[in-house]
Amino acid sequence: MRNGSAGTAFWGLLARDGMGLWRRRGELLSPLIFALIVATLFPLALGPESTRLSSVAGGVCWVIVLLAGQLSLDALFRSDAEDGSLDAMLVSGQPLYLLALAKILLHWLSTGLPLLLVAPVIALALGMPPSGVATLIFALLLGTPQLSVIGACAAALTASLRRSGILLALIVLPLAVPVLIFGAGAVEAVLVGGQASQALLLLAAGAVLSLAFGPLVCASAMRMSAS
Amino acid sequence: MHPLWLWFHKTGSPPLFYRLAGRLMPWFWALALIIGAVGLYLGLARAPADYLQGESVRIMYIHVPSAWMSMFIFAFMAFCGALALIWHVKISEVLMISAAPIGMGFTVITLITGSLWGRPTWGTYWEWDARMTSELVLLFLYFGVIGLYSAFDDRRKGARAAAILALIGLVNLPIIHYSVEWWNTLHQGSSIKLLSGKSTIHPSMLWPLLLMAVATKCWFVASLLNRARTDVLEMESGKDWVQQMLPAEPAATSGQTS
Repeated sequence: MRNGSAGTAFWGLLARDGMGLWRRRGELLSPLIFALIVATLFPLALGPESTRLSSVAGGVCWVIVLLAGQLSLDALFRSDAEDGSLDAMLVSGQPLYLLALAKILLHWLSTGLPLLLVAPVIALALGMPPSGVATLIFALLLGTPQLSVIGACAAALTASLRRSGILLALIVLPLAVPVLIFGAGAVEAVLVGGQASQALLLLAAGAVLSLAFGPLVCASAMRMSAS
Repeated sequence: MHPLWLWFHKTGSPPLFYRLAGRLMPWFWALALIIGAVGLYLGLARAPADYLQGESVRIMYIHVPSAWMSMFIFAFMAFCGALALIWHVKISEVLMISAAPIGMGFTVITLITGSLWGRPTWGTYWEWDARMTSELVLLFLYFGVIGLYSAFDDRRKGARAAAILALIGLVNLPIIHYSVEWWNTLHQGSSIKLLSGKSTIHPSMLWPLLLMAVATKCWFVASLLNRARTDVLEMESGKDWVQQMLPAEPAATSGQTS
């Protein structure tokens, strides 16, 4: 039943899905373009005064990252559930934990990482001071993997539905509240002259916990969707 | 087999549950109405008005028990969800799904009464206070569980998906609550703590509150059994025991609508 080691399965899944993503690489750009467009809407809505924009820049960046991360979630498990790959993963005998981790890593590499790179640009464009931008990058580095974990769990739960629609956002966004609070709080703390370490440590704790236990939850959701 | 375990399995069988729930339901309705009436009378008519908040303090007798219920029911849902996931007990799936709209209702009542209380007391309908915000997020979690369940055509699959989400939500609830509290202290310093003087509350105010807490619990159980019964009937509509019962018991319909 079980062919090859668990590591082979992990890298195999990652390579297969990565290849699929690369063939549709235009889609990789859509979260970035969405983020840039939403970032443009804020000055248009709030007015061009730099003091007002720079005071909300940290929160705006985090909300944009949160929303842009939703776009690619639906595709994460959808095709696997439709073409039977999910059932194949279940009967392969490989640890689902690792396969779930591969999916989470894939989502982070395709969405979290690009957003991590574009968020500082948005922050600078909105007039955030460089000290805040450094903290923002660090906070995003700790926060976006958690968003990928939560997102992957929700995507696995809704994979067998014909369409998930607003449901994914409905599930993910309330659960992402702590990440948003500590992420935006870290930036805010630096900008008002305080220490970001408390918020960053809490974010790091969340990252460790969600990366340790999230794949378990994601695996049980995958099992639920496949059966 | 251990008698308790045997009882657990017996009650888990839909026909037995249906009958037992039908027998218990009127008692819980009666308890809820009687205790609720006494609690409301004591709270709304007899308890003294607060020297600071005036008559608006009476909203507390609805608000606080509802807030307790909104969290208790989510925990109950997650507990039933765990039973459903681990032992695949059909009835616990039904109980979990039946509890969700009731919990959502209590959450909505908590938010509405809270904002009505806030208007005369804080001078605003909505304040981004830690408790209020985390209660609002709790409402969104209820939306998620109910939405996820109803998106599935296969109700057992939907129940398992909702159970996983309820468990994730239960683990996250304290994290959300404390993060919101952390956020709130960061932004606006200390705010009004509603229940900081809880232990010093006067007995004339404590009793109606406790009575209302018991009444809402009884209401929840009665309402839960009522919903679960209809759900069981729908789920088992093709089975023999439902078919046999339907023509034989025309009087049962009047009992269900109560």
